Amino acid sequence: MSSSTLSKPPPRSFWQRVRGRQGRNLWFALFVAPFLIGLLIFVCIPIIWSAYLSFFDARATLSPTTFVGFANYQNLLTDPLFRKSMLVFIVFAVFIVPLTYVCSLALALALNNVGTLRAFFRSSFFIPTACSYVVAAMVWRLSFFNGARFGLVNSLLRKVGGSNIDWLSGVGYWYWIALVSLRLWLQVGYYMILLIAGLNRIPTDTYEAAAIDGAGRWATLRHVTLPQLRAVSAAVLMLLLIGAFQAFDEFYNLLSSSGTYPPYARPPLVHLYLISVGGADQDLGMGGAGTVIVTGIIVLFGLAQNWLVTGQERREKKAITPTAQDRREEVSHG
Amino acid sequence: MAEERSHMVTGRSGRFLHGLKIVVLFILALLFLLPFYVIFRNAFTSSEAFVAAEWTWLPDNLDFSVLRDLFSDTDLNLPAAMLHSAIQAVGQTLLTVLVSFMAGYGLARFPNKAATVVLRLTVLTLMVPTAVTFVPSFIMTTRFGWIDSYRGLIIPMMFSAFATYMFRQSLLEFPHELEEAANLDGANPWTTMWRIVVPNSKGIIAAVTTITFIGAWNSFLWPLLVARDNTMTIQLTLSRFMTSQGVNYPKLFAGALVAIVPVVIVFLVLQRYLVQGLETSGMD
Repeated sequence: MSSSTLSKPPPRSFWQRVRGRQGRNLWFALFVAPFLIGLLIFVCIPIIWSAYLSFFDARATLSPTTFVGFANYQNLLTDPLFRKSMLVFIVFAVFIVPLTYVCSLALALALNNVGTLRAFFRSSFFIPTACSYVVAAMVWRLSFFNGARFGLVNSLLRKVGGSNIDWLSGVGYWYWIALVSLRLWLQVGYYMILLIAGLNRIPTDTYEAAAIDGAGRWATLRHVTLPQLRAVSAAVLMLLLIGAFQAFDEFYNLLSSSGTYPPYARPPLVHLYLISVGGADQDLGMGGAGTVIVTGIIVLFGLAQNWLVTGQERREKKAITPTAQDRREEVSHG
Repeated sequence: MAEERSHMVTGRSGRFLHGLKIVVLFILALLFLLPFYVIFRNAFTSSEAFVAAEWTWLPDNLDFSVLRDLFSDTDLNLPAAMLHSAIQAVGQTLLTVLVSFMAGYGLARFPNKAATVVLRLTVLTLMVPTAVTFVPSFIMTTRFGWIDSYRGLIIPMMFSAFATYMFRQSLLEFPHELEEAANLDGANPWTTMWRIVVPNSKGIIAAVTTITFIGAWNSFLWPLLVARDNTMTIQLTLSRFMTSQGVNYPKLFAGALVAIVPVVIVFLVLQRYLVQGLETSGMD
């Protein structure tokens, strides 16, 4: 050991190496610190703080003094509106998650060999991503699903002999059609792009092999495409589920009027907003309890998804391990 | 022989199916573009035609004085809302891209134990984003006295786990040799990042910039909590007028038209990078 350091005379290189190693850590800190500090202050600490507030009576105050134990949780979990909001989320997710996934996948597959029109189609399906929920809600609420006779869908309905439907008033469950179609329009293109990316990563020789084996369209889809897409699909479904859980903009903009929100179709986030910030109550303790419950549910989703996908990932990582190579390089340098 | 024939049949039916597919896709594309057309149609339709029983497809009031009226309406105060949105969206985008690029570079280039921890935290935050943490973030922002200020609009939203993760994934594949050459010339990691890595990462930077800008310009929930008169954004203005009584519909949609133009332009110009970015490093 010592002989090798002696045989390499310049101590400068040794110092450089030490400095380099320490320097690397300093540089790492310099690069990552702004992001990490921001993440801690504006995401992590607030979650902890709201967990703290959730044990206090914090109505219209930020510095509560009355410790109430689990009363906020008890109130929230027995609150029929909060329970109903969970039901609203489940119904919404049951529609929106599979529907968005299937439509995105169908479009991604359909665009695979369209030829010259591909760019036009892709842009057309993708461009709603640029639209805001507010503007989309304007079109849906005031034109497409306007309950009055001048709504577009009502006009079309009358043409085929139907009668006007009051889409968003909470009479019947018609508002679900507006809610689901709006979100579908806004999101399908984005997930289509993610799935196209997944499709592009499937090696062409697997398709060739399937063709040689005489596999038809459906067989290829079932036995080659879908299994190879499993990782991307799992990620997309997870994103969709979390997205559905956080739905706020379209519900609020389609259904609220003059600052009040009707009792029906109140998803968890809207309910949290109304009890803690936007409504008359300003109950931050209750909002804190809601945040903890909602975060807990999302973490559960995440763990479940992680559990489902890790097996797949490990198998993939066995093939190529660039990170391991990096580590080996580091070891030999140090 | 039999096999060849079956191939020919699939070939012919394949061609028929292909044509059918193009037609279906074309109709779908028109449906997807329809809302954009309806915004345009509504903006340039007179109030009478708007509420007429018979739906008309063509605008009857194609007159650009609509836009002039829109901008001079003091109730709506659209120029101010556009300005607030521009400052918020551009500020948030620049800061997010800067902070996240640095973090992504640090995470990709200096893999150590701390990096693993930060990366885990980032991925966890990806799943629990701001929409869920709005109550605590709002409390924090109120404590800082940042209500109705650009600081309040921008700073709590600018630490994007998504952007950092995208940059990190993309920079993992950045060729080491380029940086090593700079290192030999005596450049430190900071100058290397600015002189070598940033200029060679335009694609991913454009992608993250586009996504962040669209998200910032279109954001609703956070401005709803933080913005008041001095920082009222365009989305809030539109939402407030939509949900209030006695709306002038064409004017409202002219506002919507003005609100989507900046994003659609950014989107169309940078779409190529956006698609590339999502395709190479969106998901792994």
